[in-house]
Amino acid sequence: MSILSVLWDPFASFGFMRRALVASMTLGMGAGPVGVMLQLRRMSLIGDAMSHAILPGAAIGFLLAGGLSLTAMGIGGIAAGLGVALLAGLVSRRTQLAEDASFASFYLTSLALGVLIVSARGSNIDLLHVLFGTILGIDASALCLMGGITTLSIVMLSIIWRPLVMECVDPGFMRMTGGRGGIYHMVFLFLVVINLVAGFEALGTLMSVGMMMVPAATARLWTRRLLPMMVLSAATGMAAGLIGLLVSYHYRLAAGPSIILTCSVLYILSLVMSPAGLRAGRHIHETS
Amino acid sequence: MVAASGLHDRAVRRIVGADRVGHLHPMTVGTTTGTIRLEDAGAMMGGQTVWQHVTGSFRPGSMTAIAGANGTGKSTLLRAILGEVPLAHGTLTRGGLGPRDFGYLPQARIIDRGFPISVTDMVLGGAWQQTGFFGGAGRAVRLRAASALQRVNLGGQAQRMIAALSAGQFQRLLFARLLMTDARVIVLDEPFTALDAPTTRDLLELVCEWHAQGRTIIAVLHDIHQIRTCFPDVVLLHGGQATWGRTPDILTPVILQRAYGGTRDRWTDMPS
Repeated sequence: MSILSVLWDPFASFGFMRRALVASMTLGMGAGPVGVMLQLRRMSLIGDAMSHAILPGAAIGFLLAGGLSLTAMGIGGIAAGLGVALLAGLVSRRTQLAEDASFASFYLTSLALGVLIVSARGSNIDLLHVLFGTILGIDASALCLMGGITTLSIVMLSIIWRPLVMECVDPGFMRMTGGRGGIYHMVFLFLVVINLVAGFEALGTLMSVGMMMVPAATARLWTRRLLPMMVLSAATGMAAGLIGLLVSYHYRLAAGPSIILTCSVLYILSLVMSPAGLRAGRHIHETS
Repeated sequence: MVAASGLHDRAVRRIVGADRVGHLHPMTVGTTTGTIRLEDAGAMMGGQTVWQHVTGSFRPGSMTAIAGANGTGKSTLLRAILGEVPLAHGTLTRGGLGPRDFGYLPQARIIDRGFPISVTDMVLGGAWQQTGFFGGAGRAVRLRAASALQRVNLGGQAQRMIAALSAGQFQRLLFARLLMTDARVIVLDEPFTALDAPTTRDLLELVCEWHAQGRTIIAVLHDIHQIRTCFPDVVLLHGGQATWGRTPDILTPVILQRAYGGTRDRWTDMPS
């Protein structure tokens, strides 16, 4: 078997592989840049929490629609994700707990609630699909949704770029000079939620955050500039989609985990090889 | 009424912006007196009174230091002036000044210096009130940014990332950003903490320049000597009270000993 056919055949022969490829590329393109911003805002854990928070919303959508309906579960997921983001923000403003602690409590609750709802009415297979996704079962309408979400998040990121960056670096200056940083923070959280919803059909609620975090962490090892970092993060996610699908096809492994593990391998390689990785040791500190 | 005066105010600012290198006249047009006045004001933090019965004014063009031992509520006073902390009692009027008339220098330690942003982009952030959040930074703004960097001796650093700057260079950068805001009131929170002598001297000179241009300066400072030599007015916070007035009347050994403790000799021997 030639190299070309190893790379080409799976996609030429099977429609589901082609759709899975388009899906994973689309997800990588949208989630990569959002993930970079999320990490730079030191909100990695919050992304994780949010992805769990989507679960009960998606589960209620699943119940109401009486099956795996993308629209119902998507709307439910977005509503639940935003609800938890708002609630956790509120709790951390009103109490002494830091935002990450309140997010951790919310997401454990959400996860338990989501699993409870799905398993009350659905089968174990349904539960597996919701938790881990079915990237090989993506249909055209799901692809349209992912494409729309990725387009929207790239466009929105470029629109709110300046205020978002200013709000990240120095929220005090922006607030005190009359800027409304909170609005951009909320728009950004909205982008995080919709990207997670885009990912959950393909990768499940538990793994969709992987496409956001791991490529972003990889990209940060290679460059110190924001725009190249986002482009590289997107490219890493897309490459992982391609490689992961090929590996899963040829070695008969589950597709979703293969993609995320490919992200992890790229991250580990970068950690070893990049100038800012392990080679740099403790000489370079991110903050002083 | 409020909206109308806001519009008017913006129009005035635009005129001021036109000859921004020149002298800023203390404005008394319409309701815009530009005086920030506290009347029997008090602030609470976490259920505790920080200070109360504070009365005094920051007149347009005045230069006032806020002093006091740690925990006396200096930053709280700044945040109250900027509308960030609501007063527990009393009133605070800003003489028609809107949020966009204020330039603010946060304490350097609360800024995320690991964020991947270049020196130029950071300085351009100071011009957001002029460019808006979504408008491009035109040639004029970029030229101003370059000259602001030149002014604080960062001319050669424009392309570097902020993470690569030393503490002193970073503080110079924050001052360059303040230059870009072209604000009528400049609020500085511990602007010279942990800086070496040359940097402090350069930046203090810049503050004095702003004062000479007629801008209002309000700064939290720790160095009594600095206040005595450069700041005509002072608000000294101690024991939940504020002593407000001309610097020579306030920073006397007796009052300083009451505010900071120590022996009276320590405050008498200070060079003045």
